[in-house]
Amino acid sequence: MSVLLIAEHNNKELKAFTLNAVTAASQIDSDVHALVIGNNCAEVAQAASELPLVKKVLTVEAAYYANFIAENFAPVVTKLAGNYTHIVCSANTFGKNLMPRIAAKLDTSQVSDIIKVVSADTFVRPIYAGNAFATVKSTDEKKCVTIRPTSFDPCDSSGGSAPIESADAGEEFSLTKFVKREEIKSDRPELGTARIVISGGRGMQNGDNFKLITAIADKLNAAIGASRAAVDAGYISNDHQVGQTGKVVVPDLYIAVGISGAIQHLAGMKESKIIVAINKDGEAPIFSVADYGLEADLFEALPQFLEELNKLNTIQK
Amino acid sequence: MKILVAVKRVIDYNVQVRVKDDGSGVVTENVKMSTNPPDDNAIEEAVKIKESGKAKEIVAITVGEEKAQETVRKALAVGADRGIHVKVGGAIEPLAVSKILKKIVDKEKPDLVFMGKQAIDDDCNQTGQMLSALLNWPQATFASKIEIKDRKLEVIREIDEGLETIEINTPAIVTCDLRLNEPRYASLPNIMKAKKKPIEQLNASDLGVDVSPKIQQLKVEEPPKRKAGIKVSSVAELVQKLKNEAKVI
Repeated sequence: MSVLLIAEHNNKELKAFTLNAVTAASQIDSDVHALVIGNNCAEVAQAASELPLVKKVLTVEAAYYANFIAENFAPVVTKLAGNYTHIVCSANTFGKNLMPRIAAKLDTSQVSDIIKVVSADTFVRPIYAGNAFATVKSTDEKKCVTIRPTSFDPCDSSGGSAPIESADAGEEFSLTKFVKREEIKSDRPELGTARIVISGGRGMQNGDNFKLITAIADKLNAAIGASRAAVDAGYISNDHQVGQTGKVVVPDLYIAVGISGAIQHLAGMKESKIIVAINKDGEAPIFSVADYGLEADLFEALPQFLEELNKLNTIQK
Repeated sequence: MKILVAVKRVIDYNVQVRVKDDGSGVVTENVKMSTNPPDDNAIEEAVKIKESGKAKEIVAITVGEEKAQETVRKALAVGADRGIHVKVGGAIEPLAVSKILKKIVDKEKPDLVFMGKQAIDDDCNQTGQMLSALLNWPQATFASKIEIKDRKLEVIREIDEGLETIEINTPAIVTCDLRLNEPRYASLPNIMKAKKKPIEQLNASDLGVDVSPKIQQLKVEEPPKRKAGIKVSSVAELVQKLKNEAKVI
């Protein structure tokens, strides 16, 4: 058995969640090979080779791999698939977009978004927005699996020295063209990996009021999240959405402000270690998952919260 | 232009799903069912394109048990012209659905296939991408804006880092995000009219597609429950608890 792990990167660095995916891959089988498809991405291949759990790195480079178009990536993976029993990557928008295209070509029923490896063919995955956990066994000869990164710890990132080999590029798929990517640059920790997340919902009333959340995020070195309602209303951009169809976060501390707690939002945050809810509606469902609930008007509570934080001598970052 | 829209019948998004005591699945008896929410966005977008004069026909298709036909009927009430219902009993995997859809695409020859990006029951997020692979067509997943430019589509996709714009040639598959549009409600006269629109009924076996599962569901269980928390009476108490009890700040 060997596992082919598709690395997610930006042609310069490995994306943090690739480390979590490597951990999951190594639980399936110890012979993990990392596949880096990109353009001018030698530094990424080098970083992948330094992961102690990775036994070999394969790189495939071409100009048309620069923007991670699934139609270009899938044939590269299916061509290499013969040597592997499992193909694995993270279940974020990169992997969700790519893996089914590979699975269909291999005539494999994909196992999406696993949270646990039971054995090489059996996995646990959440269904119905995490309201149920299904244990499933794949009977396909070749298995395509996407993993929920927040359910696996990141692997060590240094000390390894796996050999790096290059593999052949495939043909360009000319019917899909990349136009542009608008990435929201921020100095804050990434939402998916932040130790503390503070999120706002419809109760924020407008985008300008998110400055109350920003001030606290600055103080706590926290990432900023949002409910779907807040994103739909245009208060904040889509990359902040936490929930069933947004991002799944598992921080040490999750602070939900003005979020009622729809099932779909809870799906994205209820595994957080400590949950705080601030909401003026005492009956809001968010309180059912909160370790600490504060029934209060957020426009009074948030400035007080900042004031109390300012009084503390030390804050863990 | 012709648009094929795939819709799925799922447990309504407002229902608190319960796991069966015997661990064989979730309770679906006497539970409200609806169209998968992002599939409503897919129908809405197709109808908007037709209203703008850029599409001539919208065909709504579902794959599922007898009652799945309700979702096609709803799509007809919102503006689809005719329906197709491919009947299968029991659970069906995205790979099998995409093979069925491919057979229908081969026959109907649509310019575009729309569907929701993910079904909220199995949360697989696979069918659109799999269909694109089987057809070797371009795929625009997680679409939050679609602009038709002659034989091309410019699509804004919602990705983890923000937004991505791609240009794809038709024929193509688009999977729709919830922010693509605001799905309309069907009016009563349109619901009545939809009853007269045709729905073609087929069986998966007629299409020569093997729908037997390749993934065995061994058990379904409730996720671990969170311990009940406490209500604090003031912000000062909250910060004190976070600092000294939970030790997270």
